[in-house]
Formats: sequence, C-alpha cells, structure tokens
Amino acid sequence: MSQRIAITLNVNGTAYRREVEPRLLLTDFLRHEIGLTGTHVGCEHGVCGACTILWDAAPARACLIFAVQAEGHAIHTVEGLAPAPDQLNPLQQAFQDTHALQCGYCTPGILMTMTAFLAENPAPTEHQVRDALSGNLCRCTGYQHIVDAVLLAAERAR
Amino acid sequence: MTSFGRPLTRNEDPRLLRGEALFVDDVELPGLLHAAFLRSPHAHARILGIDVTAAKTRAGVLAVYTAQDLGAYWQPGPLLVPPPPIAGMEFHQRCQVPLARDKVRHVGEPVVMVVAESRYIAEDALGDITIEWEMLAAVGDLEAALAPGSVRVHDDLASNVAAKARQARGDYAAAVAKAHRVIARRFTYDRGASIPMETRGVVAQWDPRADRLTVWDTTQAPVVIRNGLASMLGLSERQVRVVAPNIGGGFGPKMMMFYPEEVLVPWVAIRLGRPVKWIEDRLEHFFSTTHERSQIHDAEIALDAQGRILGVRDVFLHDTGAYDPYGLTVPINSQCTLLGCYVVPAYDSTFTAVFTNRTLVTPYRGAGRQHGVFVMERLLDIAARELGIDLAEIRRRNFIPADAFPYDQNVIYQDFTRLSYDSGNYAPILEKALAAIGYEHFLREEQPKARAEGRALGLGLVCYVEGTGIGPYEGARVQVQSSGRISLATGIGSQGQGHGTTLAQVVAQQLGVDIRDIDVTTGDTDQFYWGVGTFASRGAVVAGSATHAAAKLVRAKILKTAAQHFECAEEDLVLAGGRVHIAGVEERTIKLGALAGLANPMRGAVTPGTEPGLEATSYFGPASGATASGVHAMIIEIDAETLRPTIRDYVVVHDCGVVINPLILAGQIHGGVAQGIGNAFFEKLAWDDQGQLLNASLADYLLPTALDVPRMVLDHTVTPSPLNPLGVKGAGEAGAIPVGALFAQALEDALQLPAKGIEILEIPLSPSRLWELLHGGD
Amino acid sequence: MKPAPFDWHAPATLAEALALKAHHGDAARFLAGGQSLVPAMNFRVSQPAMLVDLNRVAGLDGIAWDADGTLSIGAMTRYRSIERDAAIAARQPLLIEALAEVAHPQIRTRGTLGGNLAHADPASEMPAVMLALGARFRLASSSGGREVAAADFFIAPLTTVLAEDEMLAEIRIPPLPSRSGTAFLEVARRRGDYAMLGVAVVVVRDVAGGCREARLAFLSAGPTPVLAPRAAALLRGTALDKKSIADAATMAQQEVEPMGSVQANPGYQRHLAGVLARRALSIAAARSLA
Repeated sequence: MSQRIAITLNVNGTAYRREVEPRLLLTDFLRHEIGLTGTHVGCEHGVCGACTILWDAAPARACLIFAVQAEGHAIHTVEGLAPAPDQLNPLQQAFQDTHALQCGYCTPGILMTMTAFLAENPAPTEHQVRDALSGNLCRCTGYQHIVDAVLLAAERAR
Repeated sequence: MTSFGRPLTRNEDPRLLRGEALFVDDVELPGLLHAAFLRSPHAHARILGIDVTAAKTRAGVLAVYTAQDLGAYWQPGPLLVPPPPIAGMEFHQRCQVPLARDKVRHVGEPVVMVVAESRYIAEDALGDITIEWEMLAAVGDLEAALAPGSVRVHDDLASNVAAKARQARGDYAAAVAKAHRVIARRFTYDRGASIPMETRGVVAQWDPRADRLTVWDTTQAPVVIRNGLASMLGLSERQVRVVAPNIGGGFGPKMMMFYPEEVLVPWVAIRLGRPVKWIEDRLEHFFSTTHERSQIHDAEIALDAQGRILGVRDVFLHDTGAYDPYGLTVPINSQCTLLGCYVVPAYDSTFTAVFTNRTLVTPYRGAGRQHGVFVMERLLDIAARELGIDLAEIRRRNFIPADAFPYDQNVIYQDFTRLSYDSGNYAPILEKALAAIGYEHFLREEQPKARAEGRALGLGLVCYVEGTGIGPYEGARVQVQSSGRISLATGIGSQGQGHGTTLAQVVAQQLGVDIRDIDVTTGDTDQFYWGVGTFASRGAVVAGSATHAAAKLVRAKILKTAAQHFECAEEDLVLAGGRVHIAGVEERTIKLGALAGLANPMRGAVTPGTEPGLEATSYFGPASGATASGVHAMIIEIDAETLRPTIRDYVVVHDCGVVINPLILAGQIHGGVAQGIGNAFFEKLAWDDQGQLLNASLADYLLPTALDVPRMVLDHTVTPSPLNPLGVKGAGEAGAIPVGALFAQALEDALQLPAKGIEILEIPLSPSRLWELLHGGD
Repeated sequence: MKPAPFDWHAPATLAEALALKAHHGDAARFLAGGQSLVPAMNFRVSQPAMLVDLNRVAGLDGIAWDADGTLSIGAMTRYRSIERDAAIAARQPLLIEALAEVAHPQIRTRGTLGGNLAHADPASEMPAVMLALGARFRLASSSGGREVAAADFFIAPLTTVLAEDEMLAEIRIPPLPSRSGTAFLEVARRRGDYAMLGVAVVVVRDVAGGCREARLAFLSAGPTPVLAPRAAALLRGTALDKKSIADAATMAQQEVEPMGSVQANPGYQRHLAGVLARRALSIAAARSLA
C-alpha cells in the first residue's frame, strides 16, 4: 500500500519533481510539497472553490485531483498571476481598487476562476459575472465588490 | 488631506492577492507532525472501552491519547463569559472537556487524539481505533429536553436547564389591562452555522532552547488564548506567543473558545518535542466548531388603538448545545435587542437555556440579536395588519424620540452594564429607506399592477438597533521607526475587517502620513501584550479609540522633539507628509525618521522623566457599548409555483456614527446581509431524531452564492457616539441582524399569505418549507 | 478528509484497463473525471484498494457523428468539450441546455459524461437526459461488449447494470426527428446544486402538427431517473395545446416517486414535477414549431 510514484509537475511554468503517494491531493502537493500556499483549501469536496487552479488554462478544483494525475498538464496558481514580485496584474489590481476581498481566503480561487472566465468573456454583463462566480463561495464580501472588480478589470482591458 | 473618513483601498490586499499572506495552515516547520481526532459518531453515548493498540503500532504514528492519558491536564475548559448579574438567575456551568472520558454529548466530540507524520497517516490510524459504546437516547428538541423524565445531557443536573433568567420592568399586566389589542404568537428560529471559508487550525512549536512556546491559532482573541494556555500549561505568559496571522473569516466561533484541539495541540507539541499541526477539515467543522440560532419564543405585545406599544412579554427557550462555556451572551442579546428602536413601557422577558445533545452554541454574527429583532418586528407587522396601520407608520409611532437619548432601557446587557442607548435618531433612517426602496410607489402602483399580471411581489421593511463596541478595553502602541515608517500594534485579531487600513487611517489623521507608510500588526501577542479580541462589532470602536489616543501622544512627542530640534515653539510647527517643518518656512524641515533618531540618541542622556523614541501606548475602555441602528428594505419577487424567490431591490440605511472608511464599511454591510440571506433562506442544519446532522457538507448546507445575494444600495446617517473620541459605532453585525424578519415579511406579502390565514413565524425558510406552510404546516 | 491509501494504475489502452478491472474486480474502481468519486474518497465513504485511472487511456474520449445522425460520445469526454461543441448545440440542444445546470465550470472541466452516467446519481441531470433522448450505452469488458438502452441501465441509486468487469465506454444518442422540440428545466436551491426536481422532455410533431411522440424523464424523482410513459401517451395525437399539456403534466405528477431530501419535502417535489412538466412541455412544443 505504500506505492510511491515519481512525478514531475509543471506549475506556473516551473517543473517540480517529487516522489509522492498516489493518494496525495493536488492541493496538498501544491501547498505542502512545493510550498505554493496561495491555493487554499476550504472543503475538500469540490464545492467551495477556494482551491480553484487552472488546468491547461481551464478552471478546476485542485482538491478533486490526485497529484499523480497532473503530470503532463500545465497547472497555474495564484502565485503565477502577478507580473513581478511587487506588482499586481490588472485583475488583482481591480480587486484591490474595489475592496473585493476581506479575509482573502477565497480570493485566490476566485482570481483563477475569473482569469479563465475573462479570457473567454472579455465583455461580460453583471449577470454573467455572477453566474461565473457562483461556483466560488465567499463568506465575507456579499460578492458585490467582487462583481464590481471583475467588471472593472474587463472595462480597463478594453 | 486627511485620510480619515475616506474610501481608501486596503493595505493588506497586495499580499493576499498574490497568495503570499500567511494563514495558519501555511505554517511549515521542520519535523512538523500532524494531529487528527477520533470524534464521537453518536450524539449521546457512554464510553465503555477504547482500544488504541492497533493505531499505536501503525507506521508513521507517534502517539495516541485518550482522556486517561492526559493525566492532570484533563480539565473542563474555562467559563469564558460568566453570566451577567441578573437578580434571581439560575446558571449551571458545564464546560467542554479536551477529550470525552465517560460519555459523549454531541456528534463530533473528540475522544482520541492521534499524532502522526502526516495527516493522511493520522486519519488512517483513526480507522484502527475501536470504541465500545453504550448508546443513550439523544435530546435535540428544546421542549422535549425540558419535559419531565427527559434524558439528561449532564447526569449530575436535575434537568436539562442550563440557565434561567428573567428581566422585567414596568407593569406588563397593567399594560394588557388597558390594551386595545394583545397579539400573541410563537416564533421559532432554527440552527445555523458561521462556516468561515477557512476552517479552524492550530500549529504549536516548543523551542526548548528559547524555553518558549509559539502557537499559530485561528483565533479572534489571541491574547486571551495566550493567557489561558500559559496557565493550563504551567508556563509564564511571557513564555507563550500566540499568533493569529491572516484568518480566513471568524464571525464569532473563532473567539477565545479554548476548543479541545486548541488546548491539546500545544500540550502535545511540548510533550513530543516536535511541532504539531492540526487543521480542521470541513466535515469536522460542521460538528465541532460552534453553532448558533435555535430559539423558540412565545411572545405577546399589548398595543393601544393607535398602534402604540404598551408592553411586550416574551418567554423563550434557547438551545445552548451540550456545554455552555460562553455563558448567556446569546440569549441576553436576544432579550435586550428585542426592544429595538421602540419605546416599550412594560417589558417582561424570561428565557430558559437548555442543554441538548448538539454542538455547542456560542455567538455567531448577530449573536442572538436577530432573534429579538425577528420577534419584535414580526409582532409589529401583525399589529399593523390587525389595526389597519401602515408598516412604516406603526414603526414611526413607536420610535424612541431623537431627544430622548441617552435612552435607558433598564435591562442588563451582555457586557453587564445597564443597557442605555448612547445616541440615535431613527426617523430619518426610516424615511431615507422608504425613499430609496420607493415605498409609496411600490404599494400604490407597482404591487397592484404586478398582482394584476399574476406576479407575486412583496416588500419587507425592518428596523433594528445593535449594541456594539463593548468593553472592557483594548490597547494600541504607535511608534515612529527610524525608517520613517509608522508601526501600530494592537492586541485584537483580524479576520478580514481591514484593521490594517482603518486603524492606519486613525493614525494617519494624527501623524499626517500616508496610510501606506503605516504597518499595522494585529493578532501577535509578542507585538502587543494586552487585549481582549475582535467580536461584538468592537474592533474599530475600542481598538480604534485606543489607537487614536496613542497616535495623539505620539503626535505630541513628535512636535515636542521637533520644537527642540528647531528651537521654536510647537505651535509654529506643521506635521504633514511624513515630515515636520516650520510654518511658512518649508526649507526648515525634518523627516519623521530623523526625528525618531533624535528621540533615541546613542550618546548623551535622555532627559529625566521622558522616554526614548517616538512611541506611545494607550488603552481605551468604553463605559458601555455604542448603539448603532438601521433600516433594511427589500422588494422580492417569487415564482408562485416553484416558490423560488428573487430579490429585486435591497436597501440598507445605517447609522454607525462617524465612518472611518466608507469602502470597508460597505464591505461589512454587504457581507452581513449575505450571511443574513443565508440564515433567512438557505442555511439550516438538519438533524435526525438520534442527533445526527444530516447535511454536514457544503453541497448540502447552502451558503448563498453570487446569484443569491443581490446588489445592495447603501445609505447612511451619522449620529456620532458620545462614548468614544472618534464618535464611531460598530458595524460588523448590522448587515446580518434584520434579514430574517425581512424575508418573512416580504414573502408573506408576496404570496398574500395573511389572506389565506397563514403567517410566517419561523426562520430559516426555503421553497420546500413555503410549500409546506401553504399546504397546512408540516 | 484525506483519502485512504490505494494503488494507482493509469493504463494507456482500453484493453489494459479492462484487464486490470477484470483481475481486481470490486477492489478496483475506474477513475474517470473524479468529480464524484474523489469527494467520496476524501470523506472516506469510498475506500477502493485500487484505482484504474482512465485519463490516459487512448480513444475513450471524443465526439463523432454516424452517417445516420447518431451522436457517439466517448465515455471520457469532458463536459467542457461537449458544452463547447457547436454541432451538438445545433443537433442535440437538450444536452447543452441540461449541461449548463451541471455543477459549475470548474467541475465540468474535469467531469466526464461516462463517469457521471456510471455513477448513477438519480439527482443528476445527464441520466434523465439520456432517457429522454433514448440513448444507448456501449459497455465494454475484457470478455467482449454489449449495448444497453439508457432506460435499462439505471437500477437503483448509485447502481447500474454494469458488471464487476465492465466499463461504460460510449454513449450513443439517436438523432432527433424533424419537427421535434426539447426542453430541460430544474429547480435547485442554488445554481449548480443537485436539483430538488428536474425534467427533460422531447416532443415530436407529425406533418400535420400533431404530437407523434413525447418523452418526459425526471431527475430527483425516484431511485433512478424516471420516465413518465403515461403522460407521454396522453400527449400522443394531441395538438400539444395548453389543455393536453396540463393533463399530461398532471399525469406525470402521479408517475414520479420522489423520495424527499434535506432540501425538499416529497410533496413539494411532486408538485414541482407537475409545474416543471407543464412548463417544459410548453417550451418544447413551441420549439418543435420553430
């Protein structure tokens, strides 16, 4: 039962080689094997969205994927968003400008969801934003400022 | 231009947005071990035997502990909040234990702790443990729990009564005797949970060389936890550092609870000499982090023919769960907040807190206030209908007049003081809300027109007060660093409230610096020794006022030091832009960092009677809480067949005194309303007869999504509090408090239920529950 | 909430996958998208000793059209691929309309049609849609293969006719006749939740505009997806007018057997069955004229 498998995962463009048990969740790999703790864990059953990452550019729940499955795929996390260490990307900046986060725990997952959403929907309506946001739970903000942030980021990109 | 009062963006955001901010589960330490807990699968059972042999021998397991293994460390937790001094009250203190020894009293109560090399292995080992149980009947229903012969949660008590308290003033019987109408109803409010997106967690590290314990804890009250842990572990408080780093939402249940895991993880880290981490998973969270809400009120209101309140009587049951370490804060809040914005000449309220075989109940955002508001506002709605008075008008007629403040309510509040509203002016709030929601237009035109088209639209209108900013005290230390940056430390913790920004604004107002040049530290007991915690909407009020006082002292030191430097009078100096200059002589200037150096000389003597550095520490303790108030109004449309509602308009008009940062205030209100909506229409913990929770997952316990929370329109009035130098009142809970009443009212209106002889007297609701009400109850 | 240990095999071919399953039987589980299995494993409700991961098996995914218009969807085809397929949107719109109600995009990135159907959750959208569309499933095993009708596939909650060594390999959906209309409606507590009740309907008109055929399939209405044959029979030969739709909806309400849930009283579910059947039939009837 102590099967261990050597894997190399590509996260934010960097290759990480580790030997892991097949049951290791991708969330735990990201957070505790390679120290990318920006991806948060809120439920470990695929509902809250805090662990949302990009899997080959599409949003996915990292808590419902085993790390061994991710070999050969491009994984992107919140740590890969900012263009430089002390900067924010336009979506992140819009989040700060509109006060779209409070405790900030759900924020990385929301940023990843919205990154994929805006790539496909550069000029969304408020309802489309809310619909796209509905797979990420936030307990602090009541969502209004998050919606404002996404709409602002879209507007600024035009 | 001062930053105070402006909608500035937050200092804390960039790190959070880049995924760099530290949360408890992000703490990694060499040799870190992981704990997991075997929890009771039963709501009520005796433990006849525990076999941990197999678990102990599993590879990767370091230790397994039962209650017996804890020795003298096994003690019931502390009573966190003693009951207030209400004459004739009955209170039975039964606090939770670290690991159940003889019997378990709710599902999820920890029984065995396993420590292993990984959380995965620790969970494997839980499966190796066998426990022999003697099953007992479980009590969950409040009335059944009080029935003679009921199974007792605590065998040594005569009944399941945890507490009983009556607060009465005026002559209710006389009020009834002269009343034009007396309306009596039963109101029920069911259990919900706070569900922060981050669960609880503790990491503890004992450093034998430094002789110190460091604990990273998802607590709202790190100083209280530090003091308690030091005492339990036989350490000096100076040997214990508790850090509450970024916390992923608190909402009450992360207060100074001394949860079993919080007490055991530091103990085992010392015992094993290796750091230990425990992160609650979401399943554990549903059973072991405290809940709130279950109450049953039998309430009546006596009114004259004009709808003026003559008196209110309320007898209610409050579910405190299996233990009551938080005393009576929640039912006292219900009892006091029921009085609301109104003149209630006679009030007679009695509650009984009841032990049940359910997870503990402690304050969760609103902390019992929504129950009181629900009862009072629903009674007024019914009164308005029965007396033929407009909803807004019956409230207007009963408001405490603006010239009556401070207004003595003559009941004892949760902070042990006699409840007195410090300030308020309710009528303008109501008028603003009515205008914003388009009240008259809706009633006269929109609703009749919609009804003619077969659409079901309804309106809700609810007024409330919130006692905020209670004592005892908080403190703050402000310091000018030699870099010129300002540091501020306080003993409270932050769970997203933006203290890193609002407290910086308070400092900036005094010191004339940019808030980006102010580093705020909260939640680290090594940075500030004294404090109480972030709860009861008190952070901005109490820590804010302490910060204000400290910043004023530092301002004085800056000016004094600069006056010495320039050899001029302090009155001639201008403090702005991170420097001091002589008025009218811009070139005679010195940066704050340089002044800090002058105030901490390396040679020569500091003048006797003075202190080095540009630093000051101050404390603030309000005599009593500041009372905020507000009105929420909502127009809802419901599909009359599927009974799925859509909120069309939502208005909040709020008076929390002087506003430090309108952007952050808006966020607090939005978030509160979202939780209120969850409470009113989505979230209900469902239990079976054996005390098993039926919906312990986020797929089944429904937090509102972005599609369930509407865009809100906010407006404010400002009645400054005279109780603190900033004039501020708390705002953290206001959004959540009135929403239950609002939903009941608006849905009742939309579906025209009163015409069918149906009233909504309960929360939470759901489409299915509405269908049941429409079809004859249960 | 960490999964129990298991051995992991990620074969590259279908033959290998089937051989592993045949060899290990019930101890092994196929891992498709994992959006239902992994949560169950995290809760330790499911503790398979081995996972046969199908994600690297070549040829199990893909969308293809036969000459007769039959749509073939490989079991490992992601929801994300299906919902972005323009041909499916044009020719099998019911699938797309219902897919929009399946959880959230983050789940649909990984979730597969075959995995969902094999999971056989009666509250899930796709099983009901398959019944409404008259789909057939190709089952594969190391000893051969067989084809079963969707209506015969589901036998109880989370239970299908799949034998221990079998895999659902392909979904085959016959073309919609001309003059047909479809609709999918459900009522869930929140967006993306399992529905308290839902219905997928197909109506087909004859040349004269009368109803030639109708199918109603409900979710969250019994232990499996539930067809309402008597309601469908009532519609046949009618003009799909308001009255016949209302009668059929009332009949359908009698045919479902909702079991109740934490979110919904069974009486409310039955009520919803009538409401949603009526509404969905009206929409489908209108669409069949377009």
